[in-house]
Amino acid sequence: MQIIAQVLFLVALVAGIGFFIRNIRRLIRNIKLGKEVDRSDNKGERFAKMARIAFGQSKMVRKPISGFLHVIVYVGFVIINIEVLEIIIDGLFGTHRVLSFMGGFYNILIASFEILALLVLIGVIVFWIRRNFLNIYRFLSRELKGWPKNDANYILYFEMVLMVLFLVMNATDYQLQLNGVPHYASEAGITGAFPISQFLLPIFEGMSNATLIIIERAAWWLHILGILFFLNYLYYSKHLHILLAFPNVYFSKLRPQGEMDSLQAVTDEVKLMMDPDADPFAAPAGDEEDAEPEKFGASDVFDLNQVQLLNSYTCTECGRCTAECPANQTGKKLSPRKIMMDTRDRLEEVGEIINTKGKYEDNGKQLLDDFILREELWACTSCNACVEACPVGIDPLSIILDMRRYLVMEESAAPNELAIAMTNIENNGAPWPYNQQDRLNWAKEN
Amino acid sequence: MAEALKVPTMAEYMAEGKKPEVLFWVGCAGSFDDRAKKITKAFVKLLHEAGVDFAVLGTEESCTGDPAKRAGNEFLFQMQAATNIEVLNGYEIEKVVTACPHCFNTLKNEYPALGGNYEVMHHTQFLKALLNEGKLKVEGGKFKGKRITFHDPCYLGRANGEYEAPRDLLRKLEVELVEMRKCKSNGLCCGAGGGQMFKEPEPGNKDVNIERTEQAMEVKPEVIAAGCPFCNTMMTDGVKGKNKEDSVEVMDVAELIANAHDL
Repeated sequence: MQIIAQVLFLVALVAGIGFFIRNIRRLIRNIKLGKEVDRSDNKGERFAKMARIAFGQSKMVRKPISGFLHVIVYVGFVIINIEVLEIIIDGLFGTHRVLSFMGGFYNILIASFEILALLVLIGVIVFWIRRNFLNIYRFLSRELKGWPKNDANYILYFEMVLMVLFLVMNATDYQLQLNGVPHYASEAGITGAFPISQFLLPIFEGMSNATLIIIERAAWWLHILGILFFLNYLYYSKHLHILLAFPNVYFSKLRPQGEMDSLQAVTDEVKLMMDPDADPFAAPAGDEEDAEPEKFGASDVFDLNQVQLLNSYTCTECGRCTAECPANQTGKKLSPRKIMMDTRDRLEEVGEIINTKGKYEDNGKQLLDDFILREELWACTSCNACVEACPVGIDPLSIILDMRRYLVMEESAAPNELAIAMTNIENNGAPWPYNQQDRLNWAKEN
Repeated sequence: MAEALKVPTMAEYMAEGKKPEVLFWVGCAGSFDDRAKKITKAFVKLLHEAGVDFAVLGTEESCTGDPAKRAGNEFLFQMQAATNIEVLNGYEIEKVVTACPHCFNTLKNEYPALGGNYEVMHHTQFLKALLNEGKLKVEGGKFKGKRITFHDPCYLGRANGEYEAPRDLLRKLEVELVEMRKCKSNGLCCGAGGGQMFKEPEPGNKDVNIERTEQAMEVKPEVIAAGCPFCNTMMTDGVKGKNKEDSVEVMDVAELIANAHDL
């Protein structure tokens, strides 16, 4: 009987981790559909930024209530997962609380897991109330209707259930130890300390040892199977940030936020145009002859860079960007969060085609128009509030600007007034129709 | 005020075989917009008062390309950048000061990759440096004790992390500096950036400058201080939209200092 349980556990563990690895490989494959971008510089500074913002949650606490609750859930999640190590060893070898040889330190560990579990449970319940009942602006946006809202709630329910299972497992285990049941009880006395689950004991009062064992085993199994399921749910949900926040912050931009990258393809063209010795009729160099001309800007996920695609997988749809967006606050369609969600949705659609057909075949859709509307792109003031607000270093603005570049340089589709301003810049060096020769007139006016 | 301002150009300096210590980059708004021209003049007066050896490019200056770049026209931006860099490098410019945060950001952050490397300062940073060096005196004049709130320009604040220089100057004027609930890194945009200055907004339920003006009105200021000609226009329009132009003024930090000195 014991050996069957151990084999089943091994099967579940291998399946759970194996499936997870498959999904991570798909995720990396999809991100690599984007253009390469060199972020191999300043490793020390990048590590420090990751330590501060991702590990240290420094931007989360800018909103004190949700930030504080998030820190609790985050710390709880990280620390309680140490317990998973013991659960895996116990599961594989049929042992009971294998780490209890650590004695007093073990009791401290279990006790702190229990306290954190309770805090996480409370935190998650408050999150659930905030999200569903408190009419918080960033949870009411149109892009959160349907699946994104359900997804968020499923994650919260899951965490609630996992914490309850953990405490039930401990409570019954404790009761079985008190009852001196073999396998649970140890000659050295009670292993573990149960400051929270001890209060659950009255629920189990009067139950036979056999019933208690069933409940304990059921809670133990559901807890670990739940964790394995949750691990695999990540890829299909908005919850990947628990893993990707770290690389995402690491690879985020270190330069001033106001700096927008310059396109090398354009620089080459401009240089050629301004070079008096350039031969406009020159035949392209051998290897360039059949090469497709470089596309300016982005109309689909393939035109974005790998960091931008990583950004889209990292986004957990908290909406702090959207809440700060001046366009969104004044009723425009633009929502930086939706830009990230759309990018991810389109990337997943492309990934799914590759999964089934082996390579990407045009399905008649693209990121522009089929996901992100022009009206959204043109509403942006490039104020960087979204970038500043993101707790994990996502840059929705860079995607908006890359898509504007496509609209202007590939389609000549700028709004009319902007096209006029650009013509003015081109003709007379100012966005208004004033002559460059009049530029110093102000000095003579009184 | 009858006397015309003395504004030397780089060409004049060059003709005399001299080089000024700093180039004042006026920008399109500062050159052509009637409201912004007042800021330009106020800043020039302060430069004279502090005895700064400066010059402007005058008719050799052209748009930095910022609005084109933000609107997606990288091509036009780089054309503008290439022409400007040629002029700037031709004059061997090392230090640039500008009263426009958009020019500031572009010159400082985006020209280096295209061959234009200069030390670039926003005029509030420059004035603060003059103050620290003792070249410029800033003290409470007519604005002493007045309730003033500072609207952070996105391209000075969030884009380049400068929040304190304009505030330090205002404090020196001994004003009652009050902060809006959205300020510094959380500051709300005036609505002009990213090319919005030159187009109608997308459909919505409010204009961004109205929203921002309402936030400013919450703290009941007598003056809304700005550090950007575009913010200035947007906030001025917002104040007019609220029919408050008689009680609330929108002024650039440079104008406040110059006016306090009765320049």
